[in-house]
Amino acid sequence: MSNTELIRKLRAALKPENVLSVPSELVVYDCDAFTVERHIPLAVVFPRSAVQVAEVVRACSDHGCPVVARGAGTGLAGGCTPPPNGVVIVLTRMNKILDIRLRDAMALVEPGVLNLQLTNALSGTGYHFAPDPSSQGTATIGGNVATNAGGPHTLKYGVTVNHVAGLEVVLGDGSILQFGPVEDPAALDLARVVCGSEGTLAIVTKIWAKLTKNPQACRTIRATFASIDDASQAVSQIIAAGIVPAALELMDRGILDAVEAAFALGVPPEAAAVLIIELDGPEAGLDSLLEQVIALCRNWNPGEVLQAKTPAERELLWKCRKMAVGAVGRLSPGYMIQDGVVPRTRLPHIFRRILEIAAKHRVRIVNVAHAGDGNVHPILLLDERDRDLTARAKAASREVLEECITCGGSITAEHGVGIEKIELMEKLFAPADLRAMHRVRQAFDPASQLNPGKKYKTICQ
Amino acid sequence: MNRRKWWDSLHSAHPTDNFMNFSSQDNTNESGEDNLAAGIAYDQLLRCVHCGLCTSSCPTYLETGDENNGPRGRIQLIRLVADGRTDLTDRMRHHLELCLDCRACETACPSGVQYGRLIEPFRQAIEAKDTRLEKRWDIFRRGILLNLFPYADRLRYVLRPMRMLQRLGIVSAIERLGLLKLLPGRLGRLAQMLPSPTRPGPRLPKFLPAVGRKRARVAFFVGCVADAMFRPVHWATVRVLQQNGCDVFVPRGQGCCGAIHLHNGDPLGARRLADANLVAFELDRYDAILVNHGGCGAMLKEYGHHWHDGLQPHRARFADKVKDVHEFLDNLGVVPFSGRIEVSATYHDSCHLTHAQRVASAPRRLLAKIPGLDLRELPEAGICCGAGGTYNLTEPEMSDQLSRRKLDNILSTGAQVVLTANAGCLLQIQREVRQAGLGLQVMHPMELMDLSYRGEKLELKAGSEKGKMKMNVS
Repeated sequence: MSNTELIRKLRAALKPENVLSVPSELVVYDCDAFTVERHIPLAVVFPRSAVQVAEVVRACSDHGCPVVARGAGTGLAGGCTPPPNGVVIVLTRMNKILDIRLRDAMALVEPGVLNLQLTNALSGTGYHFAPDPSSQGTATIGGNVATNAGGPHTLKYGVTVNHVAGLEVVLGDGSILQFGPVEDPAALDLARVVCGSEGTLAIVTKIWAKLTKNPQACRTIRATFASIDDASQAVSQIIAAGIVPAALELMDRGILDAVEAAFALGVPPEAAAVLIIELDGPEAGLDSLLEQVIALCRNWNPGEVLQAKTPAERELLWKCRKMAVGAVGRLSPGYMIQDGVVPRTRLPHIFRRILEIAAKHRVRIVNVAHAGDGNVHPILLLDERDRDLTARAKAASREVLEECITCGGSITAEHGVGIEKIELMEKLFAPADLRAMHRVRQAFDPASQLNPGKKYKTICQ
Repeated sequence: MNRRKWWDSLHSAHPTDNFMNFSSQDNTNESGEDNLAAGIAYDQLLRCVHCGLCTSSCPTYLETGDENNGPRGRIQLIRLVADGRTDLTDRMRHHLELCLDCRACETACPSGVQYGRLIEPFRQAIEAKDTRLEKRWDIFRRGILLNLFPYADRLRYVLRPMRMLQRLGIVSAIERLGLLKLLPGRLGRLAQMLPSPTRPGPRLPKFLPAVGRKRARVAFFVGCVADAMFRPVHWATVRVLQQNGCDVFVPRGQGCCGAIHLHNGDPLGARRLADANLVAFELDRYDAILVNHGGCGAMLKEYGHHWHDGLQPHRARFADKVKDVHEFLDNLGVVPFSGRIEVSATYHDSCHLTHAQRVASAPRRLLAKIPGLDLRELPEAGICCGAGGTYNLTEPEMSDQLSRRKLDNILSTGAQVVLTANAGCLLQIQREVRQAGLGLQVMHPMELMDLSYRGEKLELKAGSEKGKMKMNVS
């Protein structure tokens, strides 16, 4: 079957307006927010139901061409960059909230529903959807499931997998399966396996999302420090004291410059690092906990400690943190954001090493971090037109992640492996681990039809 | 199959798509004079880091879910042309023309990409270089868009017989019978857009004195469509300004801001209108030049960067003086409203007020001070209603989708009054409300404030039976 025939088949299955096949319309699907590697797909399809997804998968499977599912395309590791000669299944037209059942604290949504769309739909009910990646206003819940997305508040509430009760999925052979949402000890918990598999095991077509009760009260503070070292020592100490803040975020001077330009947050220019700390829970006892946190910060000579007094002030703080990465365009025409994890006690060490690595490779690196989780996001500034710089940034990036592995951490906390970090999988895992993962993959998708070349190298190739 | 063959097979399937082979590494940047992108702000292209955080703010992306119809995709398409990697294909052109130029993506963009400075000059270049016969001889564009709309006097003259028919109930009868659809294409849509007949009231005098303590001297910008169709809004606005201690001057010789020309591919025509305004307003006499419609305000505030000639510094100085009337009153500190207005209302952000001018909280703050008013936040308040200047005439299908989306959101608030500060939005939402037979009142915020100062009650219209059902259901 030729490509033309495949496209004809796809058009017949989905109606022509749901299939793109003209090269000049395909080009915008050549990458996601990871722009370093790009491939123009063979076709882009917009199914509206699981049945249509299954039809597309079957047609492509007959044709021997790989498929990749895509949500909003905000992924940072190239998870939905099309494989060469691949078909992109865009799930943005499956964007309905099908059911909200507050008594069960659960919502049934299609994968194209935006993370924030669900939380907005819940406003006034006293519930929200807890995973809150910085891209939550744009990213889809399907994408959150694929990358097992986190966010600032996952420190206390856990990442996406903790908020998924069940999934409906399409496998590589076109079969439609449902895992959950009822907790059933008799079954293997396959929904958890699919979470974070980056579209390599199945394409998610429905999600039973667990809803979280809004906290009764919260306190948000911003503390500035004279060095990133002091700030990260404070983080380690807060965690060591057994306190679990709702969120504990760090931003360094470099990223603050961009944030100031974008949102005028008002951080004093001498501050080298800022911590955003949020505590939530029952009103009673929250203030004494806050005092305890502030006292711990005082051990590391904070410049100023300010508390958000109004919801608007709190919102501004979070906006600054969540939009920080996008604001990097004010510093440089391109960037590469890393996503490493280290044990929290090693935070001061990793920040020192990042500085050294930046100097060694002559790359400017600015930092944001979900510090409470030990999750660092060094952002390497680059210009794609400068190939030498891009190569140096890639090398520096790799070295940072290797350092994370050496510290006993990991190469990703929430962005996924994608194509960006695939080479490092062998460093992080023993061959036996990789073989086990590969066997799981084969069980779900024996022909390696779904998103090949991502997360783990496809051994059969 | 190797890559080359695969590519060829795509081409053979679409012989009309003259898209060149694309390479991510190749960056030739052949942006010579002939390049459609020669006039764009290239630095803005580099600012886009492809994060995609803009997409969910884009009305056409929300409706279609397609990157091609989102800001990130459009920027990529423009960059391909700018870098000389491909010619503009018909499909690409379609996606760029589908853009409302609402600039919601600018508000969303954390990197501060000024998307308007990319899409506007690019589309002007497309228009200017369009040699297709139907474009060259587009009577609608030349006759109506460029030579009727921007001139309030001509427009009023043409509207007179239409108003007569409206007053006699003939238009609504024709509308009910669906006969307006018989008018050809955009003309038919235009007829559907016409607001209900109201007495336009006399022309604004040259000067209206402040009431009470004098606090500012301001000039008032009247505009074209806004004056021909919404003169009562102008009267309400100047009365509110008077109540707030403003001496209001209405300079003669002023005209359209030029936005219609600029957005329909006639930058020189736009410049002529802009320069007439430069002459009409003596900058040093006024504390500010005030505008009450978002679209006009955005254009006036951008006078400084649309054209590059000797007058540019003067235009920039003019632009600095321009303030939206809500923004101005909010800064000045509004004199407390007097009368209670016991209705529920919701405020729709005009794109060019909230995204282009970044005036979003001022109107809300002012409205919140009206005693008795139950102001409810509108879901997706900042998503375009589909009016988009003349977009509702040029892209009817998408425009209708968006105005239905807007109406559904409005109905979900249960409000009795919709407030919005732009002529295009007022026309669009009024039409949608009229066609659905709803009793919703569509007003400019200044009208409500004026009622309060005058201590008058707002009389709510009753909708049709069908319309009432719809409101109850939601």
